[in-house]
Amino acid sequence: MPLLEVEHIHTYYGHIHALKGVSLTVEKGEIVTLIGGNGAGKTTTLRTISGMLKPREGRVKLNDEDLGKFKANEIVYKGIAMVPEGRGVFARLTVKENLEMGAFSLKSREQLNRNMERIFSLFPRLRDRRSQIAGTLSGGEQQMLATGRALMASPNILLMDEPSMGLAPVLVELIFDTIQQINKEGVTILLVEQNALMALGIAHRGYVMQTGEIVLNDSAEKLRTNSMIQKAYLGME
Amino acid sequence: MLRTWRQRITATDIVIWTIGIAIAVMVVYGSAKTLALGKYTTETWIDLAITGLALGGVYALIALGYTLVYGILRMINFAHSEVFMSGPFTAAFAADALVRLGWWNRFPVLSLLIVLAISAGVSALIAILVERIAYRPLRNAPRLVPLITAIGASFFLQYTFRGLYGSGLKGYPEMDIFKGFWMIAGIRVFKTQAAAIIGAIILMLILYAIVQRTKMGKAMRSVSEDKEVAALMGIDVNRTIATTFALGGAAAGLAGILYLLLFPVAHFYMGFFPGLKAFTAAVLGGIGNVPGAFLGAMVLGLLESVGPSLFLDGLGIPAAYQLKDAIAFTILVFILIFRPSGILGERLTQAKA
Repeated sequence: MPLLEVEHIHTYYGHIHALKGVSLTVEKGEIVTLIGGNGAGKTTTLRTISGMLKPREGRVKLNDEDLGKFKANEIVYKGIAMVPEGRGVFARLTVKENLEMGAFSLKSREQLNRNMERIFSLFPRLRDRRSQIAGTLSGGEQQMLATGRALMASPNILLMDEPSMGLAPVLVELIFDTIQQINKEGVTILLVEQNALMALGIAHRGYVMQTGEIVLNDSAEKLRTNSMIQKAYLGME
Repeated sequence: MLRTWRQRITATDIVIWTIGIAIAVMVVYGSAKTLALGKYTTETWIDLAITGLALGGVYALIALGYTLVYGILRMINFAHSEVFMSGPFTAAFAADALVRLGWWNRFPVLSLLIVLAISAGVSALIAILVERIAYRPLRNAPRLVPLITAIGASFFLQYTFRGLYGSGLKGYPEMDIFKGFWMIAGIRVFKTQAAAIIGAIILMLILYAIVQRTKMGKAMRSVSEDKEVAALMGIDVNRTIATTFALGGAAAGLAGILYLLLFPVAHFYMGFFPGLKAFTAAVLGGIGNVPGAFLGAMVLGLLESVGPSLFLDGLGIPAAYQLKDAIAFTILVFILIFRPSGILGERLTQAKA
């Protein structure tokens, strides 16, 4: 049984039919990536999984439990955390307060402290800046903070929306290294990326989206060598 | 360079700046003249200042409600005046009952706690109801719409309470422990004023600590920054907004009891002026900013109390004290024109970014 199962979801923005029957699965321990061009519906898919949007048809299941009746804030308690597009750090809160908010769903103070310790060792930069107002961090630091904040909830699965957006290549490397590292520590990851090359470099499997539909799904290795993918997303001729 | 600078100045700017400078000159000239006349002694000035600070304390607690709600919803809750009125108006009847029981002066602390709890409770409840009924269904409507319902809710509450408790004045019984005054370093301080100032400072500190330190307070600040992301953290946005209204309402209810210490009469219309003044204070301090609300309220209280005698007496204006409301609202107009961000606030236009 897959950890996350998305079955034929149709999501609308008003009259716009944004997702046309998207299905995907993520097994426990995997990194799965969702690639595709602008407006393909990648972010919409993540937002539907996290409960910010409700599908008009189809189901999202976590551990075989239908999430349809839960609101976004309740889904966090089920074990899904999300790093939103554009990072979405709370700019006027300190780094530490941002991390505490990530742990909002945790009951025990000890676990919060344990998680924060873990995140500080993952991102030592955040420890140095823990009393700083998050709005004053650099883009890379904000991405670390957004990632750390999502991990604070001890999620079973982490949804990441474009973590490489607007970052210098060296920071992108760092973020992707960290993604691999947290995956090795047991966190399942669903990664949405424009940067298909990097994403396929660390993922186990990938889905390719086009205008609201999944057009291809395969192992990351096969996708990397697929000529259509190379042409459309990897910039190779 | 010079040309662009000139192009930017419009006729409106010139008129506004002229009025502003005229008022500034009047204030300075009036103050100098008043002081030169020596009509008032130092004691009188200090008396006025203490009165102003006591009033400022009450305004600060009411202003907190405006500022918290603005912070989280970017709207001015114009029904807050009535949220403020509902608590102390109800508590005045409870105070009567306590007097009849003979508890009022026999157990003053207990009585005071009961009255404070009732006032805070009723105001918080009314605030929650206003949010639930008048604002939540309109959360995604254009901004003008909740403003209109706010005014509707305000009238609705005024006349509901008038219907419930009558249109007459309701006296608030004096407590023996608040009778008389203390002499502090040769200055006469009425006990009621001392209680209002100290009470307001302590309550403001507690409320500020709630917003800054508790999990609930941090959730409130997160929601005020980004509701969607806050939900992704597991925060129940609707509940947090309701809590914010409750907290602001409770603060207004507590302010109501302090207000009754200073002016021991409750009536269905009692919220109007303190509400508007507190709104002015919140804007003056920088709306959305809790320390700003406190600072703005204290400055407004002082200006309103000291201002008429200081600025206007010297100009030969009779019964200057009756112009205190004019001073308060002149401040509001000029703050909105010259520094809409207030003393401590960020710019209103940027507040959303």
